[in-house]
Amino acid sequence: MLTDKYASEIAEILNRYPAERRRSAVMPLLYLAQSAYGHLSKEAIDEVGAITGVAPTDVAGVVGFYSLYHDHAAGKRRVQICTDLPCALRGADAWAAEFLARLNLKKWDETTADGEFTVEHVMCIGACDKAPCFQVQDSTGIHFHESQPDRAMTVDEAVGILEGLKGK
Amino acid sequence: MDQGKHILFRHRDIANIRDLDVYLAHGGFEAFKKAVTTMTPQQVIDEVKNAGLRGRGGAGFPTGLKWSFLTKDSFPRYVVINSDESEPGTFKDREILTHNPFQFLEGAMITAYASQANTIYNYVRGEYWDVVAGLEQCVAQLYERGFLGEKLFGTEFKLDFYHHRGAGAYICGEESALLESIEGKLGQPRLKPPFPADKGLYAKPTVVNNTETVTNVPFIIQNGAAAYRQNGTEKSPGTKLFCLSGHIQKPGNVELPLGVTLRELIYTHGGGIREGKGFKAVMLSGASSVVLKVDDALLDTPLDYESVAAKGAMLGSASVIVLDETVDLSWVILKTTRFFKHESCGKCTPCREGTYWMLSILERINKGGAAKADVELLQNVASQIQNKCLCPLGEFSVTPVLASLKAFRGDFDAHTADGAPKTAPKKAAVAAGD
Repeated sequence: MLTDKYASEIAEILNRYPAERRRSAVMPLLYLAQSAYGHLSKEAIDEVGAITGVAPTDVAGVVGFYSLYHDHAAGKRRVQICTDLPCALRGADAWAAEFLARLNLKKWDETTADGEFTVEHVMCIGACDKAPCFQVQDSTGIHFHESQPDRAMTVDEAVGILEGLKGK
Repeated sequence: MDQGKHILFRHRDIANIRDLDVYLAHGGFEAFKKAVTTMTPQQVIDEVKNAGLRGRGGAGFPTGLKWSFLTKDSFPRYVVINSDESEPGTFKDREILTHNPFQFLEGAMITAYASQANTIYNYVRGEYWDVVAGLEQCVAQLYERGFLGEKLFGTEFKLDFYHHRGAGAYICGEESALLESIEGKLGQPRLKPPFPADKGLYAKPTVVNNTETVTNVPFIIQNGAAAYRQNGTEKSPGTKLFCLSGHIQKPGNVELPLGVTLRELIYTHGGGIREGKGFKAVMLSGASSVVLKVDDALLDTPLDYESVAAKGAMLGSASVIVLDETVDLSWVILKTTRFFKHESCGKCTPCREGTYWMLSILERINKGGAAKADVELLQNVASQIQNKCLCPLGEFSVTPVLASLKAFRGDFDAHTADGAPKTAPKKAAVAAGD
């Protein structure tokens, strides 16, 4: 149970909002539950509902609405690549296709054979000047990996970054 | 602009600026102290009004005026900072929050004093996870040293600062959707009125300001409105962060006075077009821009709110996407439409359904299986979204479509069996996995 293991984190989250506005804590608590469980199962949603007094159906609605909450299991880490316009103008489409191929993935949302990485196609991540770029979402949060403005990150370098994350 | 004239990036290049002592040694929190100990909230509002500061999130609404709209004698009040920048081409707030965090925090705190609010929520997009982690360390230092908390500078003023992470929804950059999101709900826009100044967060009077906007405030309070007006134009005073992306030699953020010409921005500060190619078109306010055909008159246009509006476009958040001569506008519009279709919150039918159909038609055009009638159908669908949605997202989705169809119709017709010129059209690049 989250309430057993993360009592102080939950108290800190609830403290950010007025006492009668516990519903505001739904989003940060979902991040906490997702870090703890890997994804937001029905049980996790029920727990967040119980802490905040919000109906599980409404909590599930929040999970479905926001793209950084996941109600299904995937690889240990989610690798999220942007190919929106500014990235695409700097070659992100071809880069992403090569990246998928290097990981032996046929299409988006597939997971590598070792279960480490699920590669997802996401919308703009706010790193348009550092394209191609990707972020990694895992139990520790979300972390950027980007090109330099004057030098694009190669697919080799990106694969190397993922190799370095394994076992951590 | 030399570093000495920077306002927003004033502290960006100072080593260890994330250490409160370093920020204090560079004049940090003198403006906050001045406001709280020597000025009334109304005097702070007047100074910001006189400075002519306008909202940097996109709309350009006068900031001091916005603060003065708060419903009288109604408390508690809230200050909410919009750090949800999520539009393709926009990455300015991230740089402020990362490299000049205390100036931002000081600006937000002065905003709270002026608004007589005791609580600030900074809504930051979830993707900026590590940015928030850094900001929370800064906030912790402020509590330790008595800049946040009770009885600030020995007065009765108290102030708390919290972060609320978004979770990957562009629509939460719309202020009423943002407020819904802090309340733990789906990020769907509210009907207006009531406006946030009357019924905002938890139905209390609320100021919602953009990150860049409030980062201007410490300079204004410390140096006065006249000093602030040394930069920029009469109606658009101050400096602005311009986000350069796309086919530009030097992508990144540059801080320049409002009113700088497009030519100076691109060729002096951006290093020109990548690989020395021709400059075909520009989008000045991210993916939702009016796509402008580049010519000498446009290059000489001052980039301030009025001059860009006179060109039929918007300066918006000054997210400048550069498109060189190799770009096919039908592909650009495929990309922008894909974004808005994904980000439509689903509340209004014209936006939810219309973006879906625009994307379907654009995919057909880009794959080469379309007829000229499809291009006309695209125009038709776009016009049926226009002016029919609660929030600007639906409007944003059609703005680049209609502008491109008007200025670059040939790029679309070239893909059609019956509209293409006799010479073979160049092959469209199709997105990986799309």
